[in-house]
Amino acid sequence: MDWTLFVTQMLNGLQLGVLLFLLASGLTLIFGVMDFVNLAHGSLYMVGAYFCASLTDFTGSFVLAVLLALPLTALVGLAVEFIVIRRLYARDHLDHVLATFGLILCFDTAVQFLWGPEGMAIALPAVLDGQVEILPEIVFPTFRLLIIAVGLVVALGLYVVVTRTRAGMLIRAGASNRTMVAALGIDIQRLFALVFAAGSAMAGLAGMMIAPITEASIGMGNEIIIIAFVVIIIGGIGSIKGAFVAAVLVGLIDTMGRSFLDTLLKVVVSDQNAETAAPALSAMLIYILMAAILAFQPQGLFPPKGR
Amino acid sequence: MDRITAFSPRGWSMTVALSLLALLPIYVAVTGQTFYLDLASRLMILGMAAVSLNLILGNGGMISFGHAAYLGIGAYCVGIPAYYGIYDGLIQIPLAVACSALFALVTGAICLRTKGVYFIMITMAFTQMVFYGFVSMEEFGGDDGLVIDLRSQFAGLLDIEGATGLYYFILISLLAVLFLVYRITRSRFGMVIEGARANERRMQAIGYDTYRYRLVCYVIAGAICGYAGALLGNFTHFISPEMMDWTASGELIFMVVLGGTGTLFGPVLGAAAFVLLEEWLSTITIYWQFLFGALLIAVVLFWRGGINGFVDWAADQIPGRIITRTRDWIRRAPWRQRS
Amino acid sequence: MIRKLTLLAAAGMLAVSPALAADKVKIGYVTTITTPAGVIGKDVVDAVNLALKDIGGKMAGLPVELFMEDDGFKPAIGKQKTDKLVKQNKVDFVAGYLWSHVLLASRKSALDAGKFLISANAGPSQIAGKLCHENFFSTSWQNDQTPMAMGEVLNQKGVKSLYVMAPNYAAGKNMVAGVERTFKGKIIGKDLTKWGKDAQLDFSAELAKAKASGAEGIFIFYPGKAGGAFIKQYEQAGLRGKIPLYSVFTVDSIALPKLQKAKMDGVMGSVMTQFWAPDLDTPQNKKFVSGFKKAFGRYPSFYAAQAYDSIYLIKSAVEAVGGDMTNMDGMRAAMVAATFPSVRGEFTYGNNHFPIQNFYSREVVEDADGVWTTAIRKVILKDHQDPYAKDCKM
Repeated sequence: MDWTLFVTQMLNGLQLGVLLFLLASGLTLIFGVMDFVNLAHGSLYMVGAYFCASLTDFTGSFVLAVLLALPLTALVGLAVEFIVIRRLYARDHLDHVLATFGLILCFDTAVQFLWGPEGMAIALPAVLDGQVEILPEIVFPTFRLLIIAVGLVVALGLYVVVTRTRAGMLIRAGASNRTMVAALGIDIQRLFALVFAAGSAMAGLAGMMIAPITEASIGMGNEIIIIAFVVIIIGGIGSIKGAFVAAVLVGLIDTMGRSFLDTLLKVVVSDQNAETAAPALSAMLIYILMAAILAFQPQGLFPPKGR
Repeated sequence: MDRITAFSPRGWSMTVALSLLALLPIYVAVTGQTFYLDLASRLMILGMAAVSLNLILGNGGMISFGHAAYLGIGAYCVGIPAYYGIYDGLIQIPLAVACSALFALVTGAICLRTKGVYFIMITMAFTQMVFYGFVSMEEFGGDDGLVIDLRSQFAGLLDIEGATGLYYFILISLLAVLFLVYRITRSRFGMVIEGARANERRMQAIGYDTYRYRLVCYVIAGAICGYAGALLGNFTHFISPEMMDWTASGELIFMVVLGGTGTLFGPVLGAAAFVLLEEWLSTITIYWQFLFGALLIAVVLFWRGGINGFVDWAADQIPGRIITRTRDWIRRAPWRQRS
Repeated sequence: MIRKLTLLAAAGMLAVSPALAADKVKIGYVTTITTPAGVIGKDVVDAVNLALKDIGGKMAGLPVELFMEDDGFKPAIGKQKTDKLVKQNKVDFVAGYLWSHVLLASRKSALDAGKFLISANAGPSQIAGKLCHENFFSTSWQNDQTPMAMGEVLNQKGVKSLYVMAPNYAAGKNMVAGVERTFKGKIIGKDLTKWGKDAQLDFSAELAKAKASGAEGIFIFYPGKAGGAFIKQYEQAGLRGKIPLYSVFTVDSIALPKLQKAKMDGVMGSVMTQFWAPDLDTPQNKKFVSGFKKAFGRYPSFYAAQAYDSIYLIKSAVEAVGGDMTNMDGMRAAMVAATFPSVRGEFTYGNNHFPIQNFYSREVVEDADGVWTTAIRKVILKDHQDPYAKDCKM
């Protein structure tokens, strides 16, 4: 195996990992603080991407579009929280799953209605559209490097917020004992809405980061949301650190599987079978990892304390 | 679950519904609308799957988000032998039930160690594994799926190649499944499962190994759903991994909740409503999924009893009274009076 | 009792069906309207409507009734919709089908019911070979043919090694097999990626592999929106100018407007093979392309061209029998003769009812209005028949 390829694939895996982290961190916060299973988190990922695409067309600047689309996505999140989610906190997980499943259908159709079925491409400024030579012979797309940087900055920011601020303290407290936080006279309603909006914005950010690569498209969140769930389950619900570790792990496994599994499989089965089986098997690896971890660690790698 | 008698509202309303189902082929034969036979077949098969899911979800409180796996496994147990020219239903169907039960046993043993949302997600994960497993099997069509040329054959005992034959086979299967589940839920075993859902610690304190009971229940539900899957493969003549997509599992849950969780007929009603709504809404607009999603949310928010509750209510209100009166009148009839 | 009733009913239906069938021509059309692939379906729907308008909504004096159904990009749904068209709407023709796997799943439903099945795009190898059927017709091509033409182009260009990428489904596998058939150099790497509703759209790992492989060219087949995404990432990875890109069914009038909007001028001059292009010089094509542009303000794609042809093919069949749709043999003979005006010009049908036709190389150019489109360069395969026709016992 040649090492430049290996390093490139590590970077690709890391990029996928931080993208998953952007999505999973919001999910794990919502889950941890409100005990709410939000399948529709992927829809906000999609909405973020579409907002960003439209705004890029309108303003002509990708960066400006991202800055405008972030609060917009958070607003959509707030609206959803206010209209539907708020009524469901007291219900069981079954109701969460069903109602947010319904939300996915609504969002997907609404997007098709508003933007049409064709999806939207996002033009990047020339600075971001090229590639850089990180190490000799290792050339990597600039924009993918940016995704990694954004993801790491968000991760760091979240870490600071969660461990150093009052809001973060409440979030941590909420994740370990919700009833107690409410009993202490904290406006739990507002905290929930705030966390939901922040989570939505981060999901939207993830969508904005991937759209210039794959385009914004209907249902783009439906597959990745399942992987994001795998990430937070592996990491332990409510744990930002767990989400980060698991996201990078899953990103690396997926990318490495796609890159090298077919070569490995060719040793055992015919070339043709290896080519077709490898992508599916590498997709399976993630779920195998999750089942294996849960079998030994039923609450994930970093289970929330005090529950 | 209440005892069902012919005179209870549920009993008689379901008798009417089942009689209508039994008579449907005649209507179809007269009008030539064979499509309705397809529609009814599909909703009964999905009804069976929903009944099996309800056994673990409604009665056992185990929210499986991966129940579609068994539909797929059952269907592939028909499709793969058919691919090799083995059309014998006496091999295919027991194989489907056995494979589903085995899969339920292995995954259930792991899944049931977890609780709450971890359970939801790990059941989903196992189904995704099966999904990708079948996607990777180039020999059996991979993502493209597999066409089944001939339906299961039963050595001349039964003929389900035609739509009507298959329809009655499905109808009888549905009745058998309903009866089986009814007996299970009313048995001691069923009571333990219910008890474990309501208060697991208490059941354990009484001395029941709830884990083992749950596992058995999980395996039974898987086996029933595998059977439904075998019928589904026969019905559609076509199988693909898409049957096991996570959204398919979500739809099964919707059917159960729409019909009424923890009730006997609810899941069948839910499946019927689901299939008919899907059919009807999709003819109105290409944006029908929006209406469907909104309906789902509305059902969760405002209508927890499900259709089953509604049917009970309606059946009890109007004609139910007449029946009750008649029953009472018969009981009080002079020839039954003992002096 | 039931059997007797069924028989009675069947007899009754037989008695009335000619009368019923004679008052209109019912066409069922299965395509993809929802999901991101709906963008292709939109082109198909527009083309079908245009064709119906151009023929005045009538065939042999009978009004045409069209039933458009959405397969949701899923084989199972496509099959379900085919059943519905056949059993509920009782159509005379089932047409459409963008995707090979959807067609393979739906084939039995239409053919077992004794209907004509007309593929306006998908051309899986199975249906061209072993599973060929007298009532199946294609107005497109067999999947292998276009990449076979591309293999010839690569040979002419002297490409020695190739990295191949395609989606992992029936057509993707056919496309890879096709290019392997004619390409004389070495294929040094191959990736089949997830397709369908949740298709893989991020090709970072695959592009890195292609780059590391040192191939002299990349061959891809990514229809619909995946094509645009791929080309974008190909450019972002800086592969343009290093490894040339050769594609089939990827750079078309669906992808080009987006690429133009995103100013991806790297795609200019890129070469692909196809049986048709908007500038193909036939009377029917001129009428079609100008009509389409006038009605919808954009270039039609090849999907649209094939869909337009499918309506004319059906029209030729219905008119040959004077609107008597019980005369299946008469309609079949008319279709086999391929006398309808096709956008591709004159062609003949092979024994498996796939067209025997020319394949051209075409290039991305800018038209007089500054819109990116494709133009025919030269004939690569003349009167070409697909390699599976010999397996068809017909």
